[in-house]
Amino acid sequence: MHPFKKIKRHPFEPVAEWSIRLIASFSIILIFLIFLFVFREAAGLFTPDAPAGPSQQAPSSESTSSSPQQESYGEDLQQESYGGDLQQESYGEDLQQESYGDDLQQESYGEDLQQESYGGDVAEGEHVLYVPRNPNYPEIYNSETGMLPADIDEIPGEQAPAVVEKAPGGLLDNLLGDTWQPVSEQPKFGVWPLVIGTLKTTLIAIALGAPLGILAALYTAFFARRRVREIVKPAIELLAGFPSVVIGFFCLVTVASFLQETFGMEYRLNAIVGGIGLSLAVIPIVYSIAEDALNAVPKTLREASLALGSTEWQTAYRVMLPAAAPGVIAAVILGIGRAFGETMIAIMATGNAPMESWNILTPARTFAATIGSEMGEVVWGSEHYGILFLLGTVLFVVSFGLNALTELYVKKRLIKKFQGH
Amino acid sequence: MAKEYPTKITATDFSMYYGQKQALHNISITVPERRVTAFIGPSGCGKSTFLRSMNRMNDLIDGTRHEGGMVIDDVDVYDPTVDVSTLRRKIGMVFQKSVPFPKSIFENITYGLTLLDRRSKSDLEQVVEESLQRAALWNEVKDRLHHSALGLSGGQQQRLCIARAVAVNPEILLMDEPCSALDPISTGKVEELITELKDTYTIVLVTHNMQQAARVSDYTGFFLMGHLIEFDRTRTLFTSPAKKETEDYITGRFG
Repeated sequence: MHPFKKIKRHPFEPVAEWSIRLIASFSIILIFLIFLFVFREAAGLFTPDAPAGPSQQAPSSESTSSSPQQESYGEDLQQESYGGDLQQESYGEDLQQESYGDDLQQESYGEDLQQESYGGDVAEGEHVLYVPRNPNYPEIYNSETGMLPADIDEIPGEQAPAVVEKAPGGLLDNLLGDTWQPVSEQPKFGVWPLVIGTLKTTLIAIALGAPLGILAALYTAFFARRRVREIVKPAIELLAGFPSVVIGFFCLVTVASFLQETFGMEYRLNAIVGGIGLSLAVIPIVYSIAEDALNAVPKTLREASLALGSTEWQTAYRVMLPAAAPGVIAAVILGIGRAFGETMIAIMATGNAPMESWNILTPARTFAATIGSEMGEVVWGSEHYGILFLLGTVLFVVSFGLNALTELYVKKRLIKKFQGH
Repeated sequence: MAKEYPTKITATDFSMYYGQKQALHNISITVPERRVTAFIGPSGCGKSTFLRSMNRMNDLIDGTRHEGGMVIDDVDVYDPTVDVSTLRRKIGMVFQKSVPFPKSIFENITYGLTLLDRRSKSDLEQVVEESLQRAALWNEVKDRLHHSALGLSGGQQQRLCIARAVAVNPEILLMDEPCSALDPISTGKVEELITELKDTYTIVLVTHNMQQAARVSDYTGFFLMGHLIEFDRTRTLFTSPAKKETEDYITGRFG
């Protein structure tokens, strides 16, 4: 008998160990599956015979259904406000083609999408014409215009063309266009307005949020008395867990009105209001990470600096902030990630109109807000659907890239900084 | 005591409290100018606290207060009109753990200088060379002045901290166990340095190492439980101590 014989462990230990392993691998795999799913939905766009309209996709997705009517019209249309019989009356089964698919889709969305997708264009001065009320479509009443959704129809000379041409050029040309108008006879999926909107609001949010967050962190780390710090720190960190819909609502109602009344802005909701709203989400993140980084700097460094006759401010600015630089940079990058991916505030406070304008006083629409506001009503499997998932993939990749950048860059910097060359 | 030398620091009935706890009890002492004064005593006896009271580093700790006078050059350092930064500029400090800033060697030395005003580059270069030479570090680092100070060895870092303190041209150098984290060779170099620097600066040294106090200091104070038990010329204190506690401590009977 040697003295290092294995001791019998408590039976719970291996169980706990294995369940930790299992759950951990499950959650890690789950993250990758989410990415794969998002990408797979977007990948449909790039396959040679991509589904262009709802009617092609619908039957397959509805194959389990028993009702013949449903089979012919597909799930998506069925779900919309008109219902199956109306479509049957208007278009007939044999007419159901790709061309009508878009048309139907447009009509069936009714009021909500009309507002969303045309909002920007109206603001830019283009005209959306309305035909007189059609009594055959007694649906939701629009209290502002006094019209029913069926009243709304485009007639720029080409009244409901029998065959809608596909947008000129390929998908890539369409994507790089300058108009985001996913619900129309010729859907335009130009992402530039969205890119510009995202950059506009993100930059404003980070330009406001990063300095405020870092200064607040400096204050509580070095200047505030202990009593103040004990109150302020948890209060700001609490804001990090604040529901974004509440921040969005606050900006929508209070900030927007205040800014418009004060500065007389042309658009009540614009990129500035959105940026302010996003910065409210960014500040707590930047603050708490930067504060941790500043507190992680050895206290002896602060003493050494003060002992040389520097003031608190000089110490904070010239010694502590540079020493905490990797953590502070990480804080800012994660803040950018938050501003970039934040959805609810972006939907509520930016005006949410896809305008291709760098003017920060005009409404903007971000990637995340586009997905958030359109995904609920998009036709399953359509091109629009695929493109929304493509945007999702971009969001995922950028967020992932930002985090990876933080991790790699910061780690490298940290080693260099604190261990010498 | 210290009759032959002019007095630099005078403490009269100086007491210090951490909250309710009294850390220093009515300490009265005169530290002579341009000599090395060492404080010895067991851990927690208050010697570091007393040292840090001289340049008001204890202000950084919440809930400290003091009683009595701490006069340096006829000015009470706790007088409300005293600017703490200016005071600390005049009183350099070296800590137990070497704490180079995460900057280059050059920037470490010039940090204290550039706090007040801009200086020309040649001016700074001159100060850097002088300070490093005083700290006996110049030959070792002159080729890598613009490398990170964190790449230096522990002993070099500690000498860099001394050079950094010297660079702002203080009158007093407070050293809080400057060798306790160093190997014997580095310790020897720092001790040599202290002996050289005492011609220019008033040095107050806190040490755990009685041999070190005996080797480098001219005067030694023995602290116990927040009281200054005895203060005398080093030779006198170590050969014929007046108090029994001192004798017990230096002969290793406790502590």
